[in-house]
Amino acid sequence: MPWLRFFRRRHWDDIRSRELESYVEIETADNIARGMSPQEACYAARRKLGNPFLIREEIYRMNSIGFLETLWHDLRFAARLLRLNPGFAVVAVLSLSLGIGANTAIFHLIDAVRLRTLPVRNPQELAEVHIAERHGASGIFTGRHSEMTNALWEQIRDHQQAFSAISAWGDQTFNLAVGGPARNAQGLWVSGDFFHVLGVQPIVGRLLTPADDRRGCGATAAVISYSFWQREFAGDRAVIGKKITLDGHPFEVIGVTPLDFFGIEVGRSFDVAVPICAEPVVRSVDTRDVIRLDRRDAWWLAIVGRLKLGWSIARASAHVRALSTSLLEATVPPDYQTEDVKNYMAYRLGAFPAGTGFSSLREAYEEPLWMLLAIAGLVLLIACANLANLMLARASAREREIAVRLAIGASRSRLIRQLLAEGALLAIAGAALGALLAQSLSRLLVAFLTTNNDPLFVDLHPDVRVFAFTGGLALLTCLIFGLMPVLRATRTSPGTVLKSSGRGLTSAPERFGLRRALVVSQVALSLLLLFNALLFTGSLRNLLRVDAGFRQDGILIAQLDFSRLNLPKDRREPFKQEVLDRVRVIPGVHSAAEGRIVPGIGDSWNEDTWMEGSPAPKATCFFSRVSPGYFTTLGTSMLAGRDFNDHDTPTSPIVAVVNEAYVSKFTNGNSPLGRVLRVSVGPGERAPSYEIVGVVKNTKYSDIREEFRPIAFVAERQTDKPDQFSNVFIRSSVAFRPLVSAVKGTLAGISPDIGIDFRVFKTELWNSLLRDRLMATLAGFFGALAVLLATIGLYGVMSYIVVRRTNEIGIRMALGADRPMVVRMMLREAGIFLCAGVAIGTVLALAAGKAAASLLFNLRPYDPPTLAVAIGALALVGLAASLVPALRAARMDPVTALRDE
Amino acid sequence: MPKRDAPPLQSDLIQGTLDMLVLQTLVLGPAHGHTIAYAIEHRSDDVLQVEHGSLYPALHRLEDRGWIASFWGTSENNRKARYYRLTPAGRKQLAQQTGRWDQLVRAINRVLRPATE
Repeated sequence: MPWLRFFRRRHWDDIRSRELESYVEIETADNIARGMSPQEACYAARRKLGNPFLIREEIYRMNSIGFLETLWHDLRFAARLLRLNPGFAVVAVLSLSLGIGANTAIFHLIDAVRLRTLPVRNPQELAEVHIAERHGASGIFTGRHSEMTNALWEQIRDHQQAFSAISAWGDQTFNLAVGGPARNAQGLWVSGDFFHVLGVQPIVGRLLTPADDRRGCGATAAVISYSFWQREFAGDRAVIGKKITLDGHPFEVIGVTPLDFFGIEVGRSFDVAVPICAEPVVRSVDTRDVIRLDRRDAWWLAIVGRLKLGWSIARASAHVRALSTSLLEATVPPDYQTEDVKNYMAYRLGAFPAGTGFSSLREAYEEPLWMLLAIAGLVLLIACANLANLMLARASAREREIAVRLAIGASRSRLIRQLLAEGALLAIAGAALGALLAQSLSRLLVAFLTTNNDPLFVDLHPDVRVFAFTGGLALLTCLIFGLMPVLRATRTSPGTVLKSSGRGLTSAPERFGLRRALVVSQVALSLLLLFNALLFTGSLRNLLRVDAGFRQDGILIAQLDFSRLNLPKDRREPFKQEVLDRVRVIPGVHSAAEGRIVPGIGDSWNEDTWMEGSPAPKATCFFSRVSPGYFTTLGTSMLAGRDFNDHDTPTSPIVAVVNEAYVSKFTNGNSPLGRVLRVSVGPGERAPSYEIVGVVKNTKYSDIREEFRPIAFVAERQTDKPDQFSNVFIRSSVAFRPLVSAVKGTLAGISPDIGIDFRVFKTELWNSLLRDRLMATLAGFFGALAVLLATIGLYGVMSYIVVRRTNEIGIRMALGADRPMVVRMMLREAGIFLCAGVAIGTVLALAAGKAAASLLFNLRPYDPPTLAVAIGALALVGLAASLVPALRAARMDPVTALRDE
Repeated sequence: MPKRDAPPLQSDLIQGTLDMLVLQTLVLGPAHGHTIAYAIEHRSDDVLQVEHGSLYPALHRLEDRGWIASFWGTSENNRKARYYRLTPAGRKQLAQQTGRWDQLVRAINRVLRPATE
């Protein structure tokens, strides 16, 4: 009601003013009837009524909402002021929108991967069950969320009481192609109740049920996602019953999930979901011939359940914890050593909130994203300081106007509101533009983090939280840069301002103390950001320069899948040999070799080993299986002994090549040649033994960041478990594109059924540094921006000071000060700002460095050279920025300066 | 924004009284502002002198509260005038206010002339 009235206030004013006129007419007529002259009658009528404007005003006020009314006036006034000074308005809106846009984009990503709940029914009821602290687990780990073994999952499913429905899931990339180049699909292994737990309904067909998830089910039913349905089947509703091939096995499509359901993993989207009972048929490329469903040491599942009504997470957690011992007892992997069993039995299950889904993306990027948000926030703060400085300058230009208005009785709060309106207008415009910008920026961020083999899916629909964040930022910035000058402008007593119009020789120092403080804080913050930027770029540089022990350039990896050929075990190794030989003769190929583990990108295979005849205890050693020529191909030099060769066959002595780290760990630096390496296995099995025949230089194993680990390379041809997969490392001097087609042609000539996936080694390694690149790029960008902004701020204040001190400088020069003296005087002033800023900034930078420590490689968070470079660079840029106004001061003609009153 | 919660007693008395008088005037039928002002003066034997200008904000307030409704009409001497009529809500309000007024007057009288009561 009051709102309606507010919008109809003009209408009512119109009616009332006509009504008042009609009163005057009627009264006049009556007065004439009473015998007055027309003129007199009209005057009398008007006297009787009183001032019609006052009456109308009273009614208007009744209808109006005073605050809104004046707000509207203030905003219009502010808009007019800004129109008078478009340069300022453009700079202000642009810098605000950039700052707010960057902050919103980063927050948007944080919101999407951390804060937002899954788009399923009542996500707050979802909880995951995993081992609270899993130390020293051993076995086979596959997938991004390898929390559980199938045996444990079945035990939990059969014994838990806390969940109304519970389900297990795992992830895997399937190959849709039958032979030839691979076409990947993001797959999910799910237990029967998965969709029931999440409360997802199909839009076509039906979803998987417990009836589909039965031991020995074979390749049967698959549920596909909406986007996969659109992509592969063009959204055809007759998709039900059609077959899709996953790693060569045909599955029947039984249903499609809704558009907004992207799976349970935030940051990924799934294409196809199949029951976990089908795992023995399909198996994982990673585990090769291992059937994970039966292996009690195969960790490949995660568990999510929906809590029963009235159960809290804490109660459910206590419940599964109490069950732990009996469930673990029933599922001890038979191959485990005493030590492993002890570790295993010490595990305790727990329940944890899962409403926001699972996310490996979150684990990897949550910390960097919060840090980037802090960095972007500081940049915005520096930009605000600049604007505040500009506003201060404008406010001092209006000082007299404001003093006059105060003197004739304007209320201080009304003046503050009017001055704030200008800031509010800028902030609103900046936020609106920033919100638009953020849409593209957040997409850009996701694109940065997406690689060919690792497609990300982040739902970037802005939600309430994002809008609230942007709005909050706008309000905050407005308060920061708008309020400060306003308070100062209205605080000064009108008398002082009006009296000082005659201008003294110098301004009282406290008159622009606020601007000095702003510049000092700008310098401090930009030092902090510059230091941070240098740390992150330095860390990335260290990573790129690190000696990994192998060559990175010019190596193509062909990942081959022979499983369609159904080769018998004894044919597999000779077949791989033949493939290698054929690849080696492709023109331009220098060498080619097989290697089980692609180094530096996260692959891992480790065993407990010991040296025969050595008293040293068993220790972990990392393994890879390679063919002859592997070390040559990767450029790893032999230090002693020999490489594998064609005489290493299944019938000859089983041999191994170890690296330097192995030598220092297992043989105390003595030559290991001729000694025997033993691998510990489960009870009843024969422990394999390898005679060490060579030593190679250290190489990184699964991560570029790691310390060198002890590695034992064993011969591919001597394996007793030949599989149907192969990583072929090809070193060549030709470009990758023609090489890829040549290799494709050669392989197709051997058999069209060979599955192929190409990777460029350098690209893979480069992608493994994604997080470091993100931090270095963005921190570097923001650092440069911060320095630029601070430089502008310093320049502005120095120019202002020069103008303020024109008189003083004129007098000094008239009294004999020479130009260098003036320059020195001005630079001394700038130096004080810089010194104060650098001092505060150093303290801040050292504190902030600690927060960044975990993201740095080979760099101390307080690295003195980096800090020195940051300080030096900032001081140089700052002095250069102040030199311009200083020279301008020195060039002044004293006569002009003094006359310029 | 017009204040709906109770203002200080004195002005409440005056404002409330004017409202009551206006509503009472309209009981007899629709009238325009000029008529209402004179009617109040006449009926009080010119004791209550309404400042005619102040009547209009009161009329606006009453209309805003839905106690009276207005429309354009033609006055006795053929001029366009804004007429007001009592709404059912206004009638109820009048009864309520009159009752309260009577109570108030009786109470004040009891205080002022305790002997005669």
